[in-house]
Amino acid sequence: MTQWTYICKLEDIPVLGARRVARAQGLEVAVFRTATHEVFALLDRCPHKGGPLSQGIVFGQSVACPLHNWTIGLCDGQAQAPDEGCAPRFQVRLEDGAVYLDADELAHHALHETRPLAGPILRAAVP
Amino acid sequence: MSLPQEYCKRATMKRSQLVLVGNGMAGVRTLEELLKLAPDLYDITVFGAEPHPNYNRILLSPVLAGEQTLEHIVLNDWAWYQEHGITLHAGCTVTEVNRARRTVHALGADGQTINAPYDRLILATGSKPFMLPIPGNDLDGVLAYRDIADTQAMIAASAQYRHAVVIGGGLLGLEAANGLMKRGMQVSVVHAGEWLMERQLDLVAGQMLQKALQERGMQFLMSAQTQALLGNADGRVQAVRFKDGSEVPADLVVMAVGIRPNTALAESMRLHVNRGIVVNDTLQTTTDARIYAVGECAAHRGTAYGLVAPLFEQGKVLANHLAEFGIGRYLGSQTSTKLKVTGIDLFSAGDFMGGAGTEEILLSDPGSGTYKKLVLKDDKLVGACLYGNTVDGSWYFKLLREGRSVSDLRDRLVFGESNIGEGGHAGQDKATSMPDDAEVCGCNGVTKGAICKAIREKGLFTLDEVRKHTKASASCGSCTGLVEQILMATVGGDYSATPRTKPVCACTDHGHQAVRDAIRTHKLLSKEEVFAFMEWKTPNGCPSCRPAINYYLLSTWPKEALDDPQSRAVNERSHANIQKDGTYSVVPRMWGGETNAAELRRIADVVDKYRIPTVKVTGGQRIDLLGVKKEDLQGVWNDIGMPCGHAYGKSLRTVKTCVGSEWCRFGTQDSTQMGRNLEHALWRMVAPHKVKLAVSGCPRNCAESGIKDVGVIGVDSGWEIYVAGNGGTKTEVAQFFTKVKTAEEVLEVSGAFLQLYREEGWYLERTVHYVARVGLDYVKAKVLEDHANRKALWARLQAALEGEPDPWFDGEKARVDARQFVPIAVA
Repeated sequence: MTQWTYICKLEDIPVLGARRVARAQGLEVAVFRTATHEVFALLDRCPHKGGPLSQGIVFGQSVACPLHNWTIGLCDGQAQAPDEGCAPRFQVRLEDGAVYLDADELAHHALHETRPLAGPILRAAVP
Repeated sequence: MSLPQEYCKRATMKRSQLVLVGNGMAGVRTLEELLKLAPDLYDITVFGAEPHPNYNRILLSPVLAGEQTLEHIVLNDWAWYQEHGITLHAGCTVTEVNRARRTVHALGADGQTINAPYDRLILATGSKPFMLPIPGNDLDGVLAYRDIADTQAMIAASAQYRHAVVIGGGLLGLEAANGLMKRGMQVSVVHAGEWLMERQLDLVAGQMLQKALQERGMQFLMSAQTQALLGNADGRVQAVRFKDGSEVPADLVVMAVGIRPNTALAESMRLHVNRGIVVNDTLQTTTDARIYAVGECAAHRGTAYGLVAPLFEQGKVLANHLAEFGIGRYLGSQTSTKLKVTGIDLFSAGDFMGGAGTEEILLSDPGSGTYKKLVLKDDKLVGACLYGNTVDGSWYFKLLREGRSVSDLRDRLVFGESNIGEGGHAGQDKATSMPDDAEVCGCNGVTKGAICKAIREKGLFTLDEVRKHTKASASCGSCTGLVEQILMATVGGDYSATPRTKPVCACTDHGHQAVRDAIRTHKLLSKEEVFAFMEWKTPNGCPSCRPAINYYLLSTWPKEALDDPQSRAVNERSHANIQKDGTYSVVPRMWGGETNAAELRRIADVVDKYRIPTVKVTGGQRIDLLGVKKEDLQGVWNDIGMPCGHAYGKSLRTVKTCVGSEWCRFGTQDSTQMGRNLEHALWRMVAPHKVKLAVSGCPRNCAESGIKDVGVIGVDSGWEIYVAGNGGTKTEVAQFFTKVKTAEEVLEVSGAFLQLYREEGWYLERTVHYVARVGLDYVKAKVLEDHANRKALWARLQAALEGEPDPWFDGEKARVDARQFVPIAVA
């Protein structure tokens, strides 16, 4: 039996936009809202170079990654051909204008993905 | 989640029958495009006269020359048809189509008849070689050069016989002659024209080609009229006789005198045929709405195309129509010829022969095997013919297509793009001589090997496809010529063709100008109105068109059209620059590049408080704080307490200055004050692309005004103004615009120029590209010569900027969605 965790109201997500959902562990989950008020959720990480998908432009049932403009399908997390890769999906429930995510997935799904590093921290890594 | 349901519904419905007659490149490409869009809409049956799966016909030449094998040139193997559930009847000739009953009848190789019903029918019957109507053209050993069977017959003959005659000195004839020569035959090329390839080359280039081929052992009979082919007792050809009575021995005759659209079947079906099967913009035949024609057999607006790119474009449109999307239209293609004949690069486009009313620019170096001819009419490039070095072909073709005045580049035009500073990265001009690990595209770091690999493994054919898959030539574009050469060498031809107007993106057929015009003429005030009025093909656009439309709305109807943050890319939505790890950089504004102790202290405190890892001085004379978390952005802005620097936007960035007459012992003008005034007047200005200014206090030009969108240089008697410079991907030196006396005039001229650019520039067009498109003379007429217009432009810019909010401090008015800065916390 799926346990649904309340996230926010539908209006809290901009139309053709997204919000980030912080988790106790792991990277954030991006929840997207399309023009027809469907809601989708993916791990907030592009399969290409780890860009935060929540910051991309939402169009149709896709989002364009803000870093290199890969197009990611919101239904399945798949990168649009010719690019290859997949962002982990999260189940969403939309009921009476409220958005819910699966509590189990929030706690355990895709915990090991990380953001790419940037800045002086790289200097230590590459002597 | 409506998608899967619809999918299921479709699968249970009885599928329509789609029949394709012609198993060649255009027809099968159409199926590929269709399967991408609607994999389950049709039961597909394909008839092909040749007993082979779809192969790359253009690569028959390397097969003939022994450089490739037949297996190498197969595009879709037998398994492909199976995987997609396509019934393929290879080696079956379609004998009849009954339009009343909607059935196709074909005859198999084994004499069996095959019948197939159709709901929709595609004719992709291609072309037929033209055989000279002369006695003996049916003798053994007389061939055309069109398909695998012809190629195999030629290879077989070369093993047995010695003398070959190729009739026709066009591309196909020369390729055949070269292949036969490589297989050890003695080859004579008979050509009726005065010089070789007269439809692609002028006399000089044609003769250079002939000389080069003669040196390799090919023989030529020019201006020769073939009268008859003579046979021996066994019925095999043994000689060719000419009108002047002379004869040459021939054990093999290849006729390559041209092709005709293969319309015999269409004519028997009583479809309208006129230089091809006549089709409309959706490739539907004008006679029968259930029947389509695509490829070399189709006549679209009077033209039957022979190059692959237009045919693939047609296939894409037809597939879209068959998939019941009904939104694609084929509007015709402009084509150029870029060829490689036996290793020699040739290019021609437009009216390369010239003639009355035209002028020619020539560069001829027969010693190095290079020849260039450019044909100009009314200061516009109307034709080009290149021999030997064709790397600038695509650049000339672009100039030709744009039809823009080349008066400003005329003296350097013939030396090519790389020699006039438009080339971006200097480099190679011969792709074939490059090693696999050599970098072709410097912008995106793509090597020749990576491009070749992608072309082969992904089955790419067009420049656009290579760009999509590898990103090569997708940024500054200066390596386009090289990428085209690699394509040509790998798949055997050049496939770049361009629709007449470049659409904004795949969501529409309209170009940028049409969108701008519609927004102004019909006073469209929102993206929804634009989408509806211009019949956008997608419900809410894409990341290419949405930001463009948002800009056009804001720049055309300031204070009336509302900004749509969701149509802006991340940086303009968060008012900071996103970095590779998802953090941001913050650049506060420092007017004219000046700061003070209080500002620096606040910056230092912010760096400590928010643990900002990197502080860097920018090229625009300000300070960049890198690695700020999104949650901290508002705090950082508030604590620094300096105005937004707009370092992230398609908008005014900085006004760079030198210290000027206040301090400098050489300074003649107060450039810092001028810079501060300009920056105060122009900040918050959105534009088609970023805008950078500089002011130098004397001609030593320490602020580098020569590479800015507007560059100002102080001189004793006033200020010189330069426009349309660029220090980015392609360095462009700014052009002298005018000289003025007072600081007020500097503001007015700069502002008026930028307002003209704001009103007329296309999204993502820098000032240099805008000025190149409309011409500097036009801009001078609008801004300098027409005083009233200059004042009006300047007034409109001031009105547009009046009261514009600072997005860092007046987020509500700037329509900044503050929710973005706070992640939702799960209880």
